[in-house]
Amino acid sequence: MVLEFQKPRPIWQIMFSSHHTDVGLLYLITSLAFLFMGGALALALRAELFLPGSQIIGDSMTYNRMFTVHGTTLIFLFIIPFASAVGNYFVPIMVRYKDMAYPKLNAIAFWMIPPAGALVWLGFADFTWYATPPYSIIAAPGPAADMWIFGLKILGISSVLGAINFIITILKCKHPDMSLGQVPLLAWSFLSSSLIIIVAIPTFAAALLMLLTDRLGVSGFFNPAMGGDPIAYQHLFWFTFHPEVYVLVIPAIGMMYEIIPRFSRRPIFSHNSGVFAFVLLSMVSFSSWAHHMQATGMSFTEKTVFMVGTLAAVPASAMHVFNFVATMWNGRIKFATPMIWAVGGIALFFSAGAGGVVNAAMPLDFQTHDSYWVVGHFHLFVMGTIAFGSIGYLYYMFPYVTGRMYNERMGQVHFVMSFIGTVLVFFTQHVLGLYGMPRRIYDYPPIPEWITMNQIATVGAMIIGVSMVIFLINMIYSAGKGKEADTHDPFNLGGKYYYPFEAKTPHH
Amino acid sequence: MGHHSNWPEWVYVGVVIALMCWVGGEAWNAERLIEHIPADAEIIKVTGQQWFWSFEHEDGTKEIGVLHVKVGKAYKFEVTSKDVNHSFNIHDYVVLMDAIHGRINTVWFAPMEVGEHAIQCKEYCGLIHYNMRGKLIVEEADSTS
Ligand code: HEM
Ligand SMILES: [Cu+2]
Ligand SMILES: [Cu+2]
Repeated sequence: MVLEFQKPRPIWQIMFSSHHTDVGLLYLITSLAFLFMGGALALALRAELFLPGSQIIGDSMTYNRMFTVHGTTLIFLFIIPFASAVGNYFVPIMVRYKDMAYPKLNAIAFWMIPPAGALVWLGFADFTWYATPPYSIIAAPGPAADMWIFGLKILGISSVLGAINFIITILKCKHPDMSLGQVPLLAWSFLSSSLIIIVAIPTFAAALLMLLTDRLGVSGFFNPAMGGDPIAYQHLFWFTFHPEVYVLVIPAIGMMYEIIPRFSRRPIFSHNSGVFAFVLLSMVSFSSWAHHMQATGMSFTEKTVFMVGTLAAVPASAMHVFNFVATMWNGRIKFATPMIWAVGGIALFFSAGAGGVVNAAMPLDFQTHDSYWVVGHFHLFVMGTIAFGSIGYLYYMFPYVTGRMYNERMGQVHFVMSFIGTVLVFFTQHVLGLYGMPRRIYDYPPIPEWITMNQIATVGAMIIGVSMVIFLINMIYSAGKGKEADTHDPFNLGGKYYYPFEAKTPHH
Repeated sequence: MGHHSNWPEWVYVGVVIALMCWVGGEAWNAERLIEHIPADAEIIKVTGQQWFWSFEHEDGTKEIGVLHVKVGKAYKFEVTSKDVNHSFNIHDYVVLMDAIHGRINTVWFAPMEVGEHAIQCKEYCGLIHYNMRGKLIVEEADSTS
């Protein structure tokens, strides 16, 4: 049923379709295109930092625009659309419904992404992915900044529409024989992240409009020269975006919940604990936003409250790790490509969380804040955890989408290189932060330790870059010429391990 | 579901919670002590603007880019900005405080050794953010200059 490529259709049939697998395919291709575009920017940024002085990027303005678009692209145009792709394919199947609840709305939510992406890329703004005022009001050049604001506005609406659709599909359209508790964990992850989106996004949506009118000079909400308060923006921004980081990570954890038990050939250790941890995470994600603002001059009490709120999210994240390890413990594990990506992702998730705890501990944050440590920290999530989970899942769904198998050897090489590269880049960046290097800088003084660590990070990034080329070749070649997949058991795990497209009841 | 024993998970969650309580408690206590500003701390006004730092001592002396202080004395920085956000950072002494137009944020330190340290801006502030750097010079307590 899911097989898209085996029966070739004219492209416009897919583009004008509102069927969930077609929309899923559109999301998938779009998100991968942006993965490569954003990734190319990252390689250029890393090449620039290989040595002090100007290397390949002529001036700091261009550099600043590049890291702004890099971050915006990979968060909003890769991670989120990729999750939507997976959700579109699998959530209706998992709740045993014929489609998403509102298919046309679903297609509309997708079609908002390309124009938004075009606004971000054609504008090429320079004010970082958080567009902080007063810089974003009084200094950031238009029309790039305004195009970014409109682009993000559209992406926010698209996310909310998608979230409404997932929530209704899961809660209202699931098969009557299936209780909510029986809904598979991947679908639960979409329910939890969609609930976060509905609560979190409107705040940023409001802040964006205020930012726009401030830029036009008709208001001064965040402009101190007009009596406004720039700190207010940071609260509105992080009230949305701290929870949003869980919107990014929760679906990736959901994908690991599909992969880990299947390739361990055991049921998940505890389905209920997975559900509980998702729901708990989606709630406590709202208790910690100002941990991003510890150096803005908050009072001791405020800082304490947000530290406690941050630490409160750790047990729920840790429960997922436990669940995965406990599932694998006595399993008959098959380390095929999807599984190694998932396991690697879990290891990096754990190290990323440990670094997060260091950030949260108040006095230590004054060491790490706005240094390369923070860049390393969140990349271990966005790259190490989310991209790893997503790529693993892409290999996993590949035979269902194309009817063919990818090349296993190339998939493994892709993983090994990416894992080594990720460790080299982002662990090193943690240390670099402890040596004091600020983030978002085009050039740096020739401090020997800084040079060495930047070079390690750049080499790591190039290794990831090469592995991604291998990945691209594997995907394109195998989609057309790969060996035909046995869609009943493409990974040779034994028939007992059901596959999503023929799911009758989950995990029973 | 539920037909296997879950006690290892409870123990594990308990350990994680205990660990977080310990980290939080220690951090709370350390920060409380660190933030206690000595009463005799001398005030230095720090102003960030695109793309340099300027300083004003209690006696009215002004400096740009380079800051001279005396070893063994406590100083309280009153940090602000004239334009966009910056972040005043002396990494070697873990001094970090955002400079924000319309606000005065305070942070203090007491240099323990004679020497030179980098001052830098840690918050993105545009074109020359990467080079918004200065120098802290810690001098002998009795030197005159
Ligand atoms: C164990 C869970 C986590 C803890 C304790 C934690 C803690 C923190 C803290 C305290 C900061 C602020 C650091 C600073 O700026 O000084 C931070 C930054 C950040 N975290 Fe986490 N975090 C956790 C999980 C995550 C996850 C799951 C993601 C993403 C999927 C994430 C993404 C980010 C991002 C994007 C930033 C920096 C944003 C920026 O400044 O550009 N974190 N984290
Ligand atoms: Cu956060
Ligand atoms: Cu700066």
